[in-house]
Amino acid sequence: MREASRDRLKAFLTLLPSIILIGVFVYGFIGETIWTSLTDWGGSGALSLTPEKNFIGLANYVELFTGVLGGGFRQDLVNAVYYSVMLLVGAVGLGMFIAILLDQKPKGEDVLRTIFLYPMSLSFIVSGTIWRWLLAPQGGLNVLPKYAGMEPLDFQWLSSTAAILEFNWQNLFQILLYVAAFLLILTGLWLLKKDSGMAVKRWLVPGIAVGAGAWLFGDLLPEALFMEETHGFNLATMGIIMATVWQYSGYTMALYLAGFNGISQDLRDAAMLDGASEVGYYRHVAIPMLKPITISAVIILSHISLKMFDLIFAMTGPDNAETGHPALNMYLTTFRANNFAQGAAIAIVLFLVAAMFIVPYLVSQYRQRGRR
Amino acid sequence: MTNKITFGSVFLYGTLTIMALFFLMPAYMAMVTALKLPGDISLPAAWEFPSTINWASFSDAVKMLKPNFINSIILTVCATIGSTVLGSLNGYVFSKWKFKGSEVVFTLFLFGMFIPYQVILIPLFQTLRAMNLYGGLPGLILAHIVYGLPITSLIFRNFYSQIPTALIESGRLDGAGFFSIYFRIVFPLSIPGFVVTSLWQFTQIWNEFLWGICLTRHADNPITVGLAQLAGGQAVSWNLPMAGSIMAAIPVLAIYIFLGRYFIRGLLAGSVKE
Repeated sequence: MREASRDRLKAFLTLLPSIILIGVFVYGFIGETIWTSLTDWGGSGALSLTPEKNFIGLANYVELFTGVLGGGFRQDLVNAVYYSVMLLVGAVGLGMFIAILLDQKPKGEDVLRTIFLYPMSLSFIVSGTIWRWLLAPQGGLNVLPKYAGMEPLDFQWLSSTAAILEFNWQNLFQILLYVAAFLLILTGLWLLKKDSGMAVKRWLVPGIAVGAGAWLFGDLLPEALFMEETHGFNLATMGIIMATVWQYSGYTMALYLAGFNGISQDLRDAAMLDGASEVGYYRHVAIPMLKPITISAVIILSHISLKMFDLIFAMTGPDNAETGHPALNMYLTTFRANNFAQGAAIAIVLFLVAAMFIVPYLVSQYRQRGRR
Repeated sequence: MTNKITFGSVFLYGTLTIMALFFLMPAYMAMVTALKLPGDISLPAAWEFPSTINWASFSDAVKMLKPNFINSIILTVCATIGSTVLGSLNGYVFSKWKFKGSEVVFTLFLFGMFIPYQVILIPLFQTLRAMNLYGGLPGLILAHIVYGLPITSLIFRNFYSQIPTALIESGRLDGAGFFSIYFRIVFPLSIPGFVVTSLWQFTQIWNEFLWGICLTRHADNPITVGLAQLAGGQAVSWNLPMAGSIMAAIPVLAIYIFLGRYFIRGLLAGSVKE
């Protein structure tokens, strides 16, 4: 027995260096960045090893969300939200679609799978450099229709200054309530078939109430900004979204394909015997069974879109206002402008948004492991 | 499946062909542009095949990016070995020597894999400077080892949990201790685990850019930073960045094409559940 307890100690001591490293480099550093974001570290002398830091509370955050100079950051944040949503829809949708096609076992499946997945192995700098050339206004993609005898396109993939779905940042609270109402109603409609009583009581009625409340009393809500400031979906980010979808659809395809292969042939045959069509099999049997895979894909893709830096850097350079992203803004604010405190505040905002997705995911994974 | 031409099979093969062309389009464009003479590159004729093949872009790109390429090789090999070896030991403990709270520790490790790295960038920058490691490769290697620990520990933990516990128990009955079980039983079984993990780490570290640009000085820039600088200059004609991109892509593409099976296993392991 004494041998066994000594082995246990050895096991723990083997892990200890890694625990310390992760403790310091992950948790310690996050704490340090939170502290930095509450100070005024910046300006001249910022680069000294022991810079002067004074506690100034939440002033950096207040500046980011309500200050005059924070307008760029607010547009970056809007870009990141649209970017994440479009990437999720694009990469999950396209990846699932390709996986279903390849699940039909066409000839040359191996080659095709290789072709769809190779972008995933490339650096964002490599793919960004190539896509920048592909999206040049008078060349690349825009001249492709010429080969089919049509007029070339003239869309400014990376430099368009047009924006759609614009809104006034002053109405932010009202808009967030509308979004919440929309999501509640959507979930309610989706659950309506399964359990109509619950769906109406838990989702539909609250959703309609929130929506109506925001519509009727929206004027009473405080304004989120002292001046009018419009933000929208910048069309210049379309090119970046397309390149990311190109690079990451293969990833979701591989996830779904592994999932489809894991479903037993018996189950599939049974579904077919029950009269399910091909489409019905995927819609009612396969895709619902692979919900954990869909959740993983959503978590990982949203994590990627939140920290996206390299691809935008390579495609449009770090300081293109139209295609800005908080991750790039953080880099410029910190390492170009030497405003470390403000950069830390941007990083913390990114971190909090990411944590909203990741913490529930990791907690549920932890619980599942415990059950096994 | 029958060989009859049906609407379904036309749709299937037609769609797959169009998609495959869309996915190969950037690779074709990079190759064609890299092989053109700088004077032959024009926007309207970007898709056309070069009239004369010009290999000089590749030798020029090699000349310009060679120092970065060597930096990346050193960085990637050292950091891959470090994080893989530590990950293997951690995975062994997490799967076969669970202690009270080890699952919580494991979950806390995993969290480190999902943080946006901007949130640790400033303290990392300051710490490396204080340790006199800022600017050079050793600091970058340290960072890649530490932040590689979550994923390598995860892959090895999942891999080792497939080794039957009875095998470990019988080793213990034979009087083997913690380390001799690892070296005599677990390690010989973990060659595929090492291949999967090290290939995954190799591609991740090779492709990394944010730390490369923030934590190294010019002489120690890895290949991604060198390529970004080569492509970012406005005066350069496009054959050079394209040749440089191909050069930066070759090591990881080779891994992917020749050892794709292992690469995909690493990719699936990264989604936590296996």
